[in-house]
Amino acid sequence: MDITDFFDTFFEEAEELLADMEQHLLDLDVDDPDGEQLNAIFRAAHSIKGGAGTFGFNVLQKTTHIFENLLDYARNGELALRTDLVDTFLEAKDIMHDQLNAYRSEEEPDHDAFVRICQTLQQIALDEIGAELEAAKGAPIANASSGGDSGSKASAESAAASETPKESKSEAGGEAGDGDGDTHLKVALLDVGEKDRTLLVEELDQLGHVIEQSGDEKRYEVTLSGNTSADDIEAVMCFIIEPEQIEITDAAPAESAAGESAPEHDSSASSDQTAAASEAQGSASEPQSASPASEAAPAKENDKTPAQSQPDSPPKAPKKKPKPKKKAPESTSIRVSVDKVDQIINLVGELIITQSMLDQTVSDLDDQSVGNSSLQNGMSLLQRNARDLQEAVMSIRMIPMEFVFSRFPRVVRDTAGKLEKDIELVTEGKSTELDKSLVERITDPLTHLVRNSLDHGIEMPDDREAVGKPRTGQLTLSARHQGGNILIEVKDDGAGMDREVLLKKARENGLNVSDTMPDEDVWQLIFAPGFSTSAEVTDVSGRGVGMDVVKRNIQAMGGRVEIQSKMGEGTNTSIVLPLTLAILDGMSIKVGEETFILPLSAVLESLQPAKEDMYAMAGDDVVLKVRDEYLPVIAIHEVFDVEGAITDPTRSIAVIVQGEGRRYALLVDELLGQRQVVVKNLEDNYRKVPGVSAATILGDGSVSLILDITGLHRLSRARKEAGNHANQPTPVLSKEAESS
Amino acid sequence: MSQTNNDAVQAASEAENREFLVFSLGEEEYAIDILKVQEIRGYENVTRIANAPDFIKGVTNLRGVIVPIVDLRIKFNLDSVEYGGQTVVIVVNVADRIVGIVVDGVSDVMTLTPEQIKPAPEFGVTLSSDFLNGLGSLEDRMLVLVDIDKLLTSEEMALVESTRDS
Repeated sequence: MDITDFFDTFFEEAEELLADMEQHLLDLDVDDPDGEQLNAIFRAAHSIKGGAGTFGFNVLQKTTHIFENLLDYARNGELALRTDLVDTFLEAKDIMHDQLNAYRSEEEPDHDAFVRICQTLQQIALDEIGAELEAAKGAPIANASSGGDSGSKASAESAAASETPKESKSEAGGEAGDGDGDTHLKVALLDVGEKDRTLLVEELDQLGHVIEQSGDEKRYEVTLSGNTSADDIEAVMCFIIEPEQIEITDAAPAESAAGESAPEHDSSASSDQTAAASEAQGSASEPQSASPASEAAPAKENDKTPAQSQPDSPPKAPKKKPKPKKKAPESTSIRVSVDKVDQIINLVGELIITQSMLDQTVSDLDDQSVGNSSLQNGMSLLQRNARDLQEAVMSIRMIPMEFVFSRFPRVVRDTAGKLEKDIELVTEGKSTELDKSLVERITDPLTHLVRNSLDHGIEMPDDREAVGKPRTGQLTLSARHQGGNILIEVKDDGAGMDREVLLKKARENGLNVSDTMPDEDVWQLIFAPGFSTSAEVTDVSGRGVGMDVVKRNIQAMGGRVEIQSKMGEGTNTSIVLPLTLAILDGMSIKVGEETFILPLSAVLESLQPAKEDMYAMAGDDVVLKVRDEYLPVIAIHEVFDVEGAITDPTRSIAVIVQGEGRRYALLVDELLGQRQVVVKNLEDNYRKVPGVSAATILGDGSVSLILDITGLHRLSRARKEAGNHANQPTPVLSKEAESS
Repeated sequence: MSQTNNDAVQAASEAENREFLVFSLGEEEYAIDILKVQEIRGYENVTRIANAPDFIKGVTNLRGVIVPIVDLRIKFNLDSVEYGGQTVVIVVNVADRIVGIVVDGVSDVMTLTPEQIKPAPEFGVTLSSDFLNGLGSLEDRMLVLVDIDKLLTSEEMALVESTRDS
């Protein structure tokens, strides 16, 4: 066990902290900032800094440090917030995120971005609050000014909270460490089990030298020498145990008197502690510049009692408490790897299959036999429990749409800013749950649709005013359940789409359109590859790639996109997705002795074809007339070479199915009924099979293939073409292999 | 071509004694590296896959995992291909995939010393020596040591998506 084992924990926590930070930044009302929010942002930055420092992520640590200082001024009202400052803060957050990702992939973060953001932040500090910043800025030049500036500032700060000097010590001690020399800290672990304890002690040994250790489970004391600050120690420990379980005091006996007096300050002013602490950091100097740090610190200490001017004054311990508090709510959930969840889902699927096999056997039993009724009772109990279990397990994978929606305030803000439009984002149905794998895949298409609405949909404020609309456009993102599907809508109150323009553009692009097309079909034109109505290509959209990708992505998820639009009133794009990819509502059909599954969502109706409704066309093609519509007929037994199937179409059943907006009539022998099936991937151990999307396991333990409607159509055509040219089935395979 | 073969033989001879699972296809005895074998089970409940080569019998359910079943007897052009109570499926693990191979029977597990593994001659149109680790000679028996990894991932088996990077 070494410190790197905690990297992942840190990365995940830092990621969450950054997300929190962004959330708060976006919610921030610049004219009347909420103190709590500013505190939250500040705390997030502070926690990341602590962790980054401990794990040696220097660039991240320095960035957060500067950022934190600036936030501190904002929090104290010394820095008046403006929208452009918030933008810069957001940018800083992004850069920190990049840095985090870089560390995660074991690369060095982008140095240019680091330097740039540091300069920008320092510039803000300089411009907005002038001289006070210089001390905080910590560049070597701070040496000159730090004495005077920090002196005056320190007194102001220490008026606010008596903690200041100690904090500045620990900062100086921790970050500029070498200047201060080794310190001795006593770390007490309360109620820590032996296993964790061993780990923690090893951990401490990484941070400094463990000189002695003793105690029991209730209280275990470790004396540590080194130049790590109490702050950092706690930051590391907090990844393993609760903050309440740690007590860090200075081991140097001389300070005992000061140690006693200091904690009183702390308890009385615990809520001010972070504030005070950060003030001190602000005025203390930058990490690397050890000498300015020690200069700044003494300047403040002059205001303090002599005891505290000793290096490493005792009171460090208590000040930790405020920071960890926000961790509390996390304990209601645990992090589990998706693999584990999938494994459970698989096992439960197995259980269900075994259960239905047993069920089958039991129902075949002779009713007379002894003990049969209790066996059957047991079986029905088992069945219920197994179903409940399956439902519960499936719900583990479900996560609320909030995870998707939460990124959009930022997207809208940035895009609107770039386009110089006023846009208000409304989100509805954040708690609607969706399978995790779908959540991950829906984000990109949705982002594209949102950008599209912002760019093409909502008009410029002046234009809006001219037509009597409020200057601020509204974009609504909503999600709700609808049957077994989830319906996600992107709605704007913009200009709507112009039918004529779309048709004209479509003709220019060589698409086959007619003036009498229904509106819905006209709107679908925007999904054609290379189609863009935007006069010019902008940063945001207009390249004409994208919408077709959006549509394809959504279709790949088993969903569809629909558009409703009205000139002058806006556009509503709806995405309909299945709730999960792991379970499918299917219709089982029989062809010969083989059972196949059709996705129920594709099935429109089934009927017995009459001879007079079947028309042969050139080649082998046959169409079936269904209510004045001619549908291509695909005989499953032909496509899949099934033996013993009904070959006379009038004796078979035609299932009308829809795939990618087109309808087909599938000829099958028999409909077996609807059932929910667990979708199993064929490609894990085999390969993609033309005309088949996946497989599933039936109640008797045998495998059944799930048909892919459009794939079937392609397969049927390919076979007919091959049949026409030569009697070779192989081209079908190679063709599929190429296209896949 | 024969280069790779020699390499394989060389690699094999450098190694310690190796254990092979011996199975029969018709009258012939074949063997594969025992470490590739996951389990042995009966032949049952195989769902046919349309438009696949005839030696791919279909897929079966192996405790919730969909596993393709390959009949080596058809692949190796054996005369009689029958499915009975003795027909056995050897489930092997190759290239992160699980594949079942149908054989006429499994006889035993043999340990072969490097000296017992002879290079395979250039022969066979149906079974290229590329797919062999060599020939095992055991007193009066000869075992065809199949490199199951190479065989099952080869393009002609059509088990894996055509590997563009190869």
